[in-house]
Amino acid sequence: MQGSVVSLASIKRIAALDRPAPVAAGCPSQAGGVDPRVADHPCYSEEAHHYFARMHVAVAPACNIQCNYCNRKFDCANESRPGVVSEKLSVEQGLAKVMAVAASVPQMSVVGIAGPGDSLAGASAPKTLALFEAVRAQLPDVKLCLSTNGLALAEHVERLKELGIDHITITMNAVDAKVGEKIYPWIFWQGQRLTGRLAAQTLLDRQLLGIEKAVAAGMLVKINSVLIPGVNDHHLPEVHKAVRARGVFLHNIMPLISNPEHGTVFGLSGQRAPTNAELEAVQAACGIDAKLMRHCRQCRADAVGMLGEDRGQEFTNDLVAAKTEVDFEARDLYRQLVAKEREDRKQAAKRAGLGLAQMTHGQKRRVAVCTKGGGRINEHFGHAREFRVYDVDAGGLSFVGVRRADNYCQGGWGEEDHMEAILKALDGCQAVLVSKIGRCPKDELAKAGIEAVDRFALAYIEEGVSGWFADQAQLNKITA
Amino acid sequence: MAYKIIAEQCTGCGACEFECPSKAIKEKNGVFAINAEKCTECEGSFDTPQCASVCPVDDTCVPV
Repeated sequence: MQGSVVSLASIKRIAALDRPAPVAAGCPSQAGGVDPRVADHPCYSEEAHHYFARMHVAVAPACNIQCNYCNRKFDCANESRPGVVSEKLSVEQGLAKVMAVAASVPQMSVVGIAGPGDSLAGASAPKTLALFEAVRAQLPDVKLCLSTNGLALAEHVERLKELGIDHITITMNAVDAKVGEKIYPWIFWQGQRLTGRLAAQTLLDRQLLGIEKAVAAGMLVKINSVLIPGVNDHHLPEVHKAVRARGVFLHNIMPLISNPEHGTVFGLSGQRAPTNAELEAVQAACGIDAKLMRHCRQCRADAVGMLGEDRGQEFTNDLVAAKTEVDFEARDLYRQLVAKEREDRKQAAKRAGLGLAQMTHGQKRRVAVCTKGGGRINEHFGHAREFRVYDVDAGGLSFVGVRRADNYCQGGWGEEDHMEAILKALDGCQAVLVSKIGRCPKDELAKAGIEAVDRFALAYIEEGVSGWFADQAQLNKITA
Repeated sequence: MAYKIIAEQCTGCGACEFECPSKAIKEKNGVFAINAEKCTECEGSFDTPQCASVCPVDDTCVPV
């Protein structure tokens, strides 16, 4: 299996030749210490997202709060950010789309509802619950998940639990209303529009109550926080403490997206986004586990596919049949293949780690990798829209995060501007590992002090990065 | 005495339709419209017109 582009037909062919033994439930190779409820969830497990895909179904258009970083009115198919969709779906259309994706994307393991409004707002909640019910009945092998601002969560926890939703995400940017009022101009609560500090206080109280109820019901709760420089950057460690104390298992800090062309309040007021370094500093100040949540892509409310890719345009309403038969055998075979591939990668990573541990010299290096999934170096530099960044030294590899180079509408941007964005994304890296690269970009990277390396094409990331590091150490020894 | 929705500003989110106590709001070509004959401005039901309170776009649900 190379990369994420696996068709169902090819799975059946591979499986016929080399059918791996079925994997017993709870096999440690599958999860590696991750909670089994999210072991195959690409948004929760950095490792799982190499193999599994998610889809967001945009059945929840209405919202009950306003955030200064959100503007649902604006849409552009090239734009990737939460709150944005290209078409709104009825429950029936949503189900048809889910079935069509399940039939042609075997990696799809998660169906989520994330908007474009709030999934549990007054007008959205009945549609969200109806879609979950329908998907639960038709596709018992997928996980259901939900993102919400938390205002209306507490009263829905019980029903969500009944529907088998065992993990949810709440976007929470403050625990102090003095900070919150700079982010939320108003909320709609019990028939009234509240503004100012009262709005923020009500929202924050409801969010904390929702978290407590969800955790008490045995759900895994993840918190997303938007890092807004000058507004909540110094406050997020406090948010982290408050949510951890309530049993939240993951806290994801995401950078503000505030391009003026999006028309958001922050975008228009000139509120800037954080730099990579600022984001990493706040994540570190919160003591957030690097491995778990540094791969978030802040995807659209109608995204389809592996993280960082969006195949939503292939499954628009007019392209989706009213009814699609899903081949469950093929989906099962894909899972078996993945189990084998994951075990192989684990062994390769172990060997790479042993190799690194034998080295006594060589200072820490930062390396970017182009991958389209499967844990391998299998993406052409020219196709890469994002880079996975690792630090490596004799102690091993540590995942720093994902750097995107496409986080803006690309219409009207020339090649040179794109290279500029890439160089910004690769800032601080000494090398970029790719499956292939053209001569011009290779030279341009060299000029910026970044070595483009294609000799580890198709190797596992751990093998390639440690191999490059070993070569560097060897070179240093010769020149020293 | 009724409210209306400025069609070119409506995002079609549907929040108003759900909150309207008089069932006066319906979708029309992707945006929502208020039936002036049914609209009561929420008098007797709420302190404020619900469509205007929940609408995500300022000055979109306004008095006729």
